[in-house]
Amino acid sequence: MSGAPFTEEQVQRYARHIILPNIGGAGQRRLLDSSVLVIGAGGLGSPIAMYLAAAGIGKLGVVDFDAVDVSNLQRQILHTNDDVGRSKVESAVEHLRSINPTIEVIGHDTLLFSDNVMDILAPYDVVIDGTDNFPVRYLVNDATQFLAKPLVYGSIYQFEGQATVFMPGQETPCYRCLFPAPPPPGTVPSCAEGGVFGVLPGVIGAVQATEAIKVLTGEGETLEKRLLLYDALHMDFQEVKIRWDADCPVCGKEPTITELIDYEAFCGVPARPE
Amino acid sequence: MAVTVKLPTILRKHAGGEAKVDAEGGTLRELLDNLETSYPGITKNVLADDGGLHRFINVYVNDEDVRYLGSLETELNEGDTVSLLPAVAGG
Repeated sequence: MSGAPFTEEQVQRYARHIILPNIGGAGQRRLLDSSVLVIGAGGLGSPIAMYLAAAGIGKLGVVDFDAVDVSNLQRQILHTNDDVGRSKVESAVEHLRSINPTIEVIGHDTLLFSDNVMDILAPYDVVIDGTDNFPVRYLVNDATQFLAKPLVYGSIYQFEGQATVFMPGQETPCYRCLFPAPPPPGTVPSCAEGGVFGVLPGVIGAVQATEAIKVLTGEGETLEKRLLLYDALHMDFQEVKIRWDADCPVCGKEPTITELIDYEAFCGVPARPE
Repeated sequence: MAVTVKLPTILRKHAGGEAKVDAEGGTLRELLDNLETSYPGITKNVLADDGGLHRFINVYVNDEDVRYLGSLETELNEGDTVSLLPAVAGG
């Protein structure tokens, strides 16, 4: 409820935001009235969801289908040793509620496909991509474009990370404007094959949480139309411009993709379990 | 023109693990040809068989995607930074 007064608990919990310029009571109110869906409860999803729970996003959804593996604990800081073997979503929901029991946390224990992604994403204001494969990244991009929802993008590989914000609207870029085609299968190994620096998703995930909060509060300047590039090994930050592609098949002048596609065949990576 | 080329992780193996190399070229095409001569195999996933740019490794001159400049004919100036950037999907 916009304008509803804070409870005593909220005043205490969010005190550091309420007195902070650019957030203040009004900004905190917006966060409490917002809903965010974090897709992936792994390396990126962990810090994203934790910081958003801490910040008081009123309704926080988490999507994953996997179980916690001991090798996850090197970087997926939302999960603990006692969670090994457990559903990631179940673990995530429990830990997020213990960070902030006053918000609504919703778990979606499912894979995303063309036949469910729209329904799952629709109730949320902002969607955050914390996934780990190309097919679902393209699916989520297309769905957020069709649903006209902001998409906070982040991705990592070994020591490198990328982040940006794709806003809906005319002549604003989407993921396909940036990367129209995924790499051929076998060109870029997965984290399991190439390895990943544990702390890396902590940095990129925190950037994504930051951007989501700014999209919701309207304060500051987001990474819209900018791609942040991070090299942890050299502590190098770089930015390149992202332009809207008038020929983009999803958000261009004459879209050729108007329905969702399950990308297994496109990317050569099986997205559905056999 | 002497430019700095920033290499993504997946291409560093062609350059002895270096993240940045110096190279010469008046245009992007020349630069990539010179890079390939110095580091064989480095442009395999950058240049397609038809000689054009692949679409899953983006090339930037400073902060602009060369698609919006002159693509392979983009002219390079002394001190420019050329970045090769593939899509990555880890999370």
